[in-house]
Amino acid sequence: MSHITHDGGVAVSAMPSPDEGPTAAQLAAAHGLAVSGARPSLPEYVRQLWGRRHFVLAFSQAKLTAQYSQAKLGQLWQVATPLLNAGVYYFIFGVILHASRGLPQDVYIPFLVTGVFVFTFTQSSVMSGVRAISGNLGLVRALHFPRAALPISFSLQQLQQLLFSMIVMFVVAIGFGSYPSPGWLLIVPVLLLQFLFNTGLALIVARMGAKTPDLAQLMPFILRTWMYTSGVMFSINKMMEGRSEIAVRLLQVNPAAVYMDLMRYALIDGYGASNLPPHVWAIALFWAVAVFVGGFVYFWKAEERYGRG
Amino acid sequence: MAEQNAERDTEQSVAQDGAQDIGQAAGAGAGERRPTVIADDLHIVYRVNGAKTGKGSATAALSRILKRGEGSGVRKVHAVRGVSFVAYRGEAIGLIGSNGSGKSTLLRAIAGLLPAEKGKVYTDGQPSLLGVNAALMNDLTGERNVILGGLAMGMSREQVKERYQDIVDFSGINEKGDFITLPMRTYSSGMAARLRFSIAAAKDHDVLMIDEALATGDRKFQKRSEERIRELRKEAGTVFLVSHNNKSIRDTCNRVLWLERGELRMDGPTEEVLKEYEKFTGK
Repeated sequence: MSHITHDGGVAVSAMPSPDEGPTAAQLAAAHGLAVSGARPSLPEYVRQLWGRRHFVLAFSQAKLTAQYSQAKLGQLWQVATPLLNAGVYYFIFGVILHASRGLPQDVYIPFLVTGVFVFTFTQSSVMSGVRAISGNLGLVRALHFPRAALPISFSLQQLQQLLFSMIVMFVVAIGFGSYPSPGWLLIVPVLLLQFLFNTGLALIVARMGAKTPDLAQLMPFILRTWMYTSGVMFSINKMMEGRSEIAVRLLQVNPAAVYMDLMRYALIDGYGASNLPPHVWAIALFWAVAVFVGGFVYFWKAEERYGRG
Repeated sequence: MAEQNAERDTEQSVAQDGAQDIGQAAGAGAGERRPTVIADDLHIVYRVNGAKTGKGSATAALSRILKRGEGSGVRKVHAVRGVSFVAYRGEAIGLIGSNGSGKSTLLRAIAGLLPAEKGKVYTDGQPSLLGVNAALMNDLTGERNVILGGLAMGMSREQVKERYQDIVDFSGINEKGDFITLPMRTYSSGMAARLRFSIAAAKDHDVLMIDEALATGDRKFQKRSEERIRELRKEAGTVFLVSHNNKSIRDTCNRVLWLERGELRMDGPTEEVLKEYEKFTGK
């Protein structure tokens, strides 16, 4: 094995040469050694990921807590930040502009606040997804775990962030005359579907961002364009009145618009089913499942390549 | 057949070398030795964005993109060049070489953390790198970092709970008051390093890789961690140790790989390789 050329003190090959014995691959096979860092099969990958579920949860909670740990008010900012956000929107659109964009004012303010929070959920999931691998190379290069744990963990962090924002959403809804009703229970499936959709999207951009970190610079512009076409600050139905049916429907099947409208429908009394496109639940389910499954498989396909500098 | 003879030869030279307790290797000497890590003509290449030329200006970046050369704006660093070796159960292998010779990169490639450009690494079980630094967060308390670090290394919740007290006691963080409930950013660098080592060393491993971890903390803690490393070695099948301290290599390893500029310059019993290495470095 170790023949050392003492005179020169240089290079030795520790590998058995082919005529001397088995090749590396044969030796590995004979002793049941597996290729290090090879991509596991999809079911095996899912199993490994499930085994790391506590890490995924702990990591997301840790990230959430770490955000405000230096502030004097500490975790109070989890609620204070969305509250201040809602306050600013109320001040500008409600007090100064008296905007309502074709909706009654007491519907418009909760409509706007809900839209902003729900869109922010998707937006920040995507933003943290882009950096999930490229921003955590240290972690990826030091420890072994299914890499999908990172983007999933980041979306989970955003979900928890949204749950804090929901408190503010409830306060705003009640403040403008929409009281808790059994209809509010619809929030749960809406959140679940949107979370699946966001996670799928985060997985997709995580793989793209791992290869091209420049995407993190580009993403804010893409997301802002998406926001303005999704009806965060206006109702697509009212804005597009008189336009062709197809144009309206095309805007309405946009997943961000679907989840926002469903959330508003569940939460706000004056925002009835007439504002929703037909088959809205089917569309919401389709986006969630298609993007999540597609994103997961897409991410898994490059599993062995993450971490290459 | 020649192969087997060659193996037995090494075995003997290893035994003669007189390195400390390599229990399993000596025991298994008569029978077949089990390989745990096989590296076959391994090449690792880093790709660095935006480092093609010395100029970092925007116009330089733009002209790089416009030129559309091969992998525009990306510079390749060939860190490991065609390294091959076979490591066996019970071996403690030291990795030496000057700074930037590819030692840490090689460890990461063995652990499957860095994808190989060419060649393959075969391993028995999951090799793990001793180190959780990257998973810890300075803004969290030591307490939460112990839990987070344990989970990140793949321990179950119950295992973390079970070992929590051991980890805290081993780190000695609480010797000077209740520091474990303070955020890690308030720790001195020595205290933080001790906690990190304690978390990392809490798990048992099949193939363990240690990258310069022994030089942390004060004298007392260093002794304690060396002892823990020896324990880990006994439990682990194979240990890799990267160090610039020839004494700690002599104390713990029975075989040494010497890397220089990403190439394997020498591979053999500790004393032989170290002698050449010391001649090379002019000690």
